[in-house]
Amino acid sequence: MFQSLSDRLSGVLDKLTRRGALSEADVGEAMREVRRALLEADVALDVVKEFVEAVKAKAVGQEVVKSVTPGQMVVKIVNDELVRMLGSDAEPVDLHASPPVAILMAGLQGSGKTTTTAKIGYRLKNRDRKKVLMASLDTRRPAAQEQLRVLGEQTQVDTLPIVAGQGPVQIAKRALDAARLGGYDVVLLDTAGRTSIDEELMQEVADIKAATNPHEILLVVDSLTGQDAVNTAKAFDARLAITGTVLTRADGDGRGGAALSMRAVTGKPIKLIGVGEKWDALEDFDPKRIAGRILGMGDIVGLVEKAAQNLDIEKAAKIAEKMKKGVFDLEDLAEQLAQMEKIGGAGGLMSMLPGVGKLKSQINEAGINKDVKRQRAIISSMTPKERRNPKVLDGKRKRRIAAGSGTTPADVNKLLKMHMAMADMMKSMGKKGGLMSRMMGMGGGGPSEAELAKMQQELAALDPKALEQLPADLKDALSGARGGSGLSKGLPGLGGGALPKGLPGLGGGPLLPGLGGPKFPGLPGKKK
Amino acid sequence: MSSPTKPKGLFGRLFGAKDKPAAPEAETHAVDAAAEPAEAAPSGEAIASGEALAETGPAPLEPAQAVDADAPARAAAAGTDSAEQPAPEPKKGWFQRLKDGLSKTSSKLSSGITGLFTKRKLDGATLDDLEDLLIEADLGVETATRITGAISKGRYEKGISADEVRAILASEVKRVLEPVAHPLVVDASRKPHVILVVGVNGSGKTTTIGKMAAKFASEGHKVMLAAGDTFRAAAIDQLKVWGERTGAPVIARAVGSDASGLAFDALRAATEAGTDVLLLDTAGRLQNKQALMEELEKVVRVLKKIDPSAPHSVLLVLDATTGQNAMSQVEVFARMAGVTGLVMTKLDGTARGGILVAISAKHKLPVHAIGVGEGIDDLQPFDAGEFAKAIAAG
Ligand SMILES: Nc1nc2c(ncn2[C@@H]2O[C@H](COP(=O)(O)OP(=O)(O)OP(=O)(O)O)[C@@H](O)[C@H]2O)c(=O)[nH]1
Ligand SMILES: Nc1nc2c(ncn2[C@@H]2O[C@H](COP(=O)(O)OP(=O)(O)OP(=O)(O)O)[C@@H](O)[C@H]2O)c(=O)[nH]1
Ligand SMILES: [Mg+2]
Ligand SMILES: [Mg+2]
Repeated sequence: MFQSLSDRLSGVLDKLTRRGALSEADVGEAMREVRRALLEADVALDVVKEFVEAVKAKAVGQEVVKSVTPGQMVVKIVNDELVRMLGSDAEPVDLHASPPVAILMAGLQGSGKTTTTAKIGYRLKNRDRKKVLMASLDTRRPAAQEQLRVLGEQTQVDTLPIVAGQGPVQIAKRALDAARLGGYDVVLLDTAGRTSIDEELMQEVADIKAATNPHEILLVVDSLTGQDAVNTAKAFDARLAITGTVLTRADGDGRGGAALSMRAVTGKPIKLIGVGEKWDALEDFDPKRIAGRILGMGDIVGLVEKAAQNLDIEKAAKIAEKMKKGVFDLEDLAEQLAQMEKIGGAGGLMSMLPGVGKLKSQINEAGINKDVKRQRAIISSMTPKERRNPKVLDGKRKRRIAAGSGTTPADVNKLLKMHMAMADMMKSMGKKGGLMSRMMGMGGGGPSEAELAKMQQELAALDPKALEQLPADLKDALSGARGGSGLSKGLPGLGGGALPKGLPGLGGGPLLPGLGGPKFPGLPGKKK
Repeated sequence: MSSPTKPKGLFGRLFGAKDKPAAPEAETHAVDAAAEPAEAAPSGEAIASGEALAETGPAPLEPAQAVDADAPARAAAAGTDSAEQPAPEPKKGWFQRLKDGLSKTSSKLSSGITGLFTKRKLDGATLDDLEDLLIEADLGVETATRITGAISKGRYEKGISADEVRAILASEVKRVLEPVAHPLVVDASRKPHVILVVGVNGSGKTTTIGKMAAKFASEGHKVMLAAGDTFRAAAIDQLKVWGERTGAPVIARAVGSDASGLAFDALRAATEAGTDVLLLDTAGRLQNKQALMEELEKVVRVLKKIDPSAPHSVLLVLDATTGQNAMSQVEVFARMAGVTGLVMTKLDGTARGGILVAISAKHKLPVHAIGVGEGIDDLQPFDAGEFAKAIAAG
């Protein structure tokens, strides 16, 4: 799957990357070709349009990164949009429910439901050590129940005994009863194929759902499907509220457009892909890896990521340098806040970094973002002199600043206190060891939780690889702040180290483990 | 979006590229790589051993009886699969059902056209949008571009009504499809007329064989089925049910046996029994699997050992929901198995099957029939005018 789409996209984008400068027309032309390539790959038209618009919008407002051509930047944007379109993170089949967990399989005729049922059964039994029961509710197609029975024999997964004359809902209920009695963990319900406009059969599958309350409802879709994939996905989702899709026949040479459309039109993750007829030919769906495969331009994507890292190295070095010197004025604070807002907010360069998406949502959850805006407004209402030397701020000045920034003098005071605490901390960090040791000895007068959280975010937003390349002493100064779970443990407001854990490659473990360094998840390898 | 003044080279560049030849694959359906049966085993060994005969279904009924409405009842009486019979539904005429099926597929397209052309004059953006609509019907970019080109000819920047657009669209589609609309006619001089049915997994081969068996039997032909899918679980049982439904005997071997060996047995048995039509089912296979495609080549080769003119028809069954990949299916199956005609299934769903227009434009292979449901009489002759009208008019 995807190979020929990959060939076309890289063909189109290759031309771009060789240019020194790009006009809007150049990008427009390339996007027209990308659009065509996607359509020829059977990506749904609406999805293609949205995709192209998103890439264009991002390409126009793109921050320029040193040592990367605009074309390479566009490739990176296309890559990121592909990942977004496919759903950034892999979402496996979920079994967190009280057993027996029912999984309902549905889809068009011949899409691969029965085969996939057996594949899932085989995997759950052998890989996940679950006790699995499979039942065919297909009373329509000749020998359909027999097919699942044989597959059960071949995979050594139990199947519900076939009782002639029972209807689908009856069989479903019998399956659940049998699963309860037999102490099964999972019961897989295979259904007959149906077109989405066959009202009678759509009602039937809705009835099956109502009778079994399945924890997962998987729509099985042939990855060779054309534009109809969206009709089918929408109709089944509307009727059943599916929890995910399975793409079969990914071992074919289809261009995989259905894969690209499914997530976009249903908002439901692609959970599994079928890659062959045999019962072990089932794989998890990893959007990042797939996007890498589609684009086939991992080298350029990597290059841009590297350039972004370099940018971060400079920023990290600047921050660390200031910490060392103990110079940390309100200008610096404003800069940090701006960085943070960028992560939490509109995106830009930072949002291209792997893992930042996750960080973003954590920042939003913590509600830190609102404060940041206000704090930046306060600082921007100060004169340059006030920013460099906050000591001159008296009551009158504070009132002026509050009025100018639409805040209160109390807000201004809060900001100043936060700055002071941070400046103090920086100063002492510059003198004695890392932040960690300081933290341990710190009494109640230290920076507040929120302040620490902010610092953490600022530093955490930087690329871990970039930090590795800092001089040792700077690394020291920074390492404490990125100490991961140890630091956060004492900070209840942070939710137990949630932030550092969400970072790519850091995993809450020790920072900078050796020279190899953490690998980016999903960073595609070299182009084949 | 491209403007109509844009050189066609863009599309040529993007979409004219040939699909790469399939990489060699180790995957195979066979349990063990059997040698060609004629060499490995004395001809007709399976029959001599009684195995194939034992598998043979009930003797064929009188042709006139074979596909009448009580076929389900007969199967029920046979007692094997009563639960698996689709519930009898009120019968509609074939044409009406075709229209129903097709109009479902084209209503969106035609409402799109109405929206387009009652509002705007025929400018570049409008043509782009029309092209999009055709792409959404799976006609493919090349075909969509050609049709929009035809529509714009002499009408550019002029007002055009929705009806006019529909008429041009229908005539363009019909112009492509008309020459390929040929029903499959049994060649009475062949005994049997061997029809090999091939296609990717799940496209509807076995079901189509069942439907065709009913049709041929109703025309008075003596039909035999061969369960050439020795791989997929219960594929043989599935075909046997169709054998019962249609009264056609089914030649089968054990699961996992060599498909070409089975083909050999079946052709021999059909010849001996004086059968008119032998319908040979095969396992589904993706066209990029070299080993599986070679297996199919071998089936053809083995059939020729008995009758050098066989198979007389090689039908590729295409699923209407399939997108642009159907084009490559046609190319590879034609090359490896000598496809002589097409059947498109599942036109009773929401899929429009527009890829058939692109395929016909390029390959000019006869389109024999369309599938519009899972039932025994849900096979209809392919009618270019109806298909085109239904796409264009909804
Ligand atoms: N190559 C390949 N074939 C597959 C895959 N999944 C299923 N198949 C094949 O597709 C065909 C149809 O699969 P089934 O599992 O019977 O499909 P279904 O959706 O249960 O079909 P109905 O019950 O008739 O609607 C069979 O030939 C399978 O072997 C896959 O991932 N790759
Ligand atoms: N709605 C609809 N379903 C069809 C049609 N033709 C076949 N089917 C269904 O599609 C599914 C697959 O059909 P099969 O005949 O088993 O397909 P196949 O090509 O033999 O499949 P494999 O042998 O597994 O490769 C079954 O559920 C059929 O009932 C059709 O024209 N319309
Ligand atoms: Mg099934
Ligand atoms: Mg079959």
